[in-house]
Amino acid sequence: MSTNVDADLVRHIGVLARIDLTDPEVQSHAAQLSAILEYFDKLNELDTSGVEPMVHAMELSNVLADDTPEPSLTPEQALANAPARDGDYFKVPKVIGESQ
Amino acid sequence: MSSITDLSAVELAAAIAAGTVGAEETAKAYLAAIEHREGQIGAFNEVLADRALDRARDIDRRRGADEPLGPLAGVPLAIKDNLATPYGQTTCSSKMLKDFRAPYTATAVRKLEDAGAVIIGKTNMDEFAMGSSTENSGFRPTRNPWDLSRVPGGSSGGSAAAVAAGLCAAALGSDTGGSIRQPAALCGIVGLKPTYGRVSRYGLVAYGSSLDQIGPMTRDVADCALLTGVIAGHDRADSTSIPHSVPDYAAALDEPIANLRVGLPKEFFSEALDGEIRRAVLAAADAFKAAGAQIVEVSLPTSRVDSDAGGKLSSFAVACYYIVASAEASSNLARYDGVHYGYRTPAKVDDIVELYCRSRAEGLGAEVKRRIMLGAYTLSSGYYDAYYLKALKVRRLIKNDFDRAFQSCDLLLCPTTPTTAFKLGEKTADPLTMYLADVYTLSVNLAGLPGLSVPAAISAAGLPIGMQLIGPVFSEGRLLQVARAYEKASGVMRLKPPQ
Repeated sequence: MSTNVDADLVRHIGVLARIDLTDPEVQSHAAQLSAILEYFDKLNELDTSGVEPMVHAMELSNVLADDTPEPSLTPEQALANAPARDGDYFKVPKVIGESQ
Repeated sequence: MSSITDLSAVELAAAIAAGTVGAEETAKAYLAAIEHREGQIGAFNEVLADRALDRARDIDRRRGADEPLGPLAGVPLAIKDNLATPYGQTTCSSKMLKDFRAPYTATAVRKLEDAGAVIIGKTNMDEFAMGSSTENSGFRPTRNPWDLSRVPGGSSGGSAAAVAAGLCAAALGSDTGGSIRQPAALCGIVGLKPTYGRVSRYGLVAYGSSLDQIGPMTRDVADCALLTGVIAGHDRADSTSIPHSVPDYAAALDEPIANLRVGLPKEFFSEALDGEIRRAVLAAADAFKAAGAQIVEVSLPTSRVDSDAGGKLSSFAVACYYIVASAEASSNLARYDGVHYGYRTPAKVDDIVELYCRSRAEGLGAEVKRRIMLGAYTLSSGYYDAYYLKALKVRRLIKNDFDRAFQSCDLLLCPTTPTTAFKLGEKTADPLTMYLADVYTLSVNLAGLPGLSVPAAISAAGLPIGMQLIGPVFSEGRLLQVARAYEKASGVMRLKPPQ
């Protein structure tokens, strides 16, 4: 695995992660992510052929609960921390447009 | 009688139930201790003085009226600030959640309050529990009560420092890769990471959901048993909590232990380990042997810790952990988008993607961004198999190692940390160096096992040394019994930092 993370790749990861990055941040992340990914490559020393991936510690599946309604948050509670609201709605800038 | 703040949680609850000490008097004694010491230590994000006094007066009233009291009635506890409480704030020590007021109570906190506990404050932490020194707090670092130039560990560093400095009777932390056990070791207290699913995660702000557990941080093992019994159990609100009954850990604490087999994982005693810590943990092994336990050497090859010529540590488990935890973090922290709650950029933005990108850029700290980006990258198209899937297979190997080890022993004894408390600023320049502070603890989270850190000794420099007991799933009771036996035999317990 190539582990050289250059400035363009950092900017691409920033887009994936939805985080704006300043030029100094791009530089420092490039160096640090390269070092960390190089460290991750250490795992290639281990033979994992035929090993089942382990997603979860307890490996429960299909936990079912009775379908009984319980009290939940009121609209007022759900909106109490909203940075901006309009009535019972969260208010945001326009969503549809020529964005990325 | 010694001063109120010297009593353990168990002793304090008994004294309050007997009426020899008042709950209000207790809350005031702790608030005075906070007033006196908090300026130097910085353990708390918020002290809930008025609410604590109200709750304490209610306990006194109930006792006066002969109403039933819970097992923690009147005991002041501190809560890590990533556990939701509808009173005060729940910030995760992040600018992102600086003003967030949770609309509900975390199950573990609710259970403590149902047992009569008085929540005295919310404690500082590494931002979103990502770090090993509490220096990643978005507000300020916390200092180690044993030496104010040193870190308390992290990410539950505020809780550990508050317990060690006597600013609360006990505390809750959370542990994703060592965040309870490592600060417990560095501050000379007891910290338990329960079996995955033993304690409900409902109301714990998510970081790595397949790894996170809430657990107690206490002055001694008996307090740890008491708090574990209160917070453990199945919860409908967390589908990963396990529907097993909860044993009475406190009542079983002093039961005799017959035919105990203690495993020493040889990979955890390599030259990577500080010599003084190695001697302290091996001395504990000798003490168990003298008490009749059988000591066996076991092997955890995938969790091996190596050090190069320059003393730099490395471990497969560290690489595996940071891939898994960062991947889960990148998914969990996608919710901080400046829309529903949390920080929103005040800048004029043209569309919603710009709102997301700027709010996250301004609201999240450097380490949190780094892990989100690592996770976004290792999960991205073309890299998923090489990093994430590979790490999940290595996770299986790590768990298999533990399963094999437990065929020849009942529990493992090993160090909690590779060094004692380090200086502020010592590891902040290189993220990888900081990651390695958890080299002995994070395999336990990957495998879902319980891990208990208890004080083993004090170093020549006057700093606490912790040792870790690791058992099979749901062996918390046995770990606590063995730790209790060590306390009694060694007298190493309730360590107090020099004032």
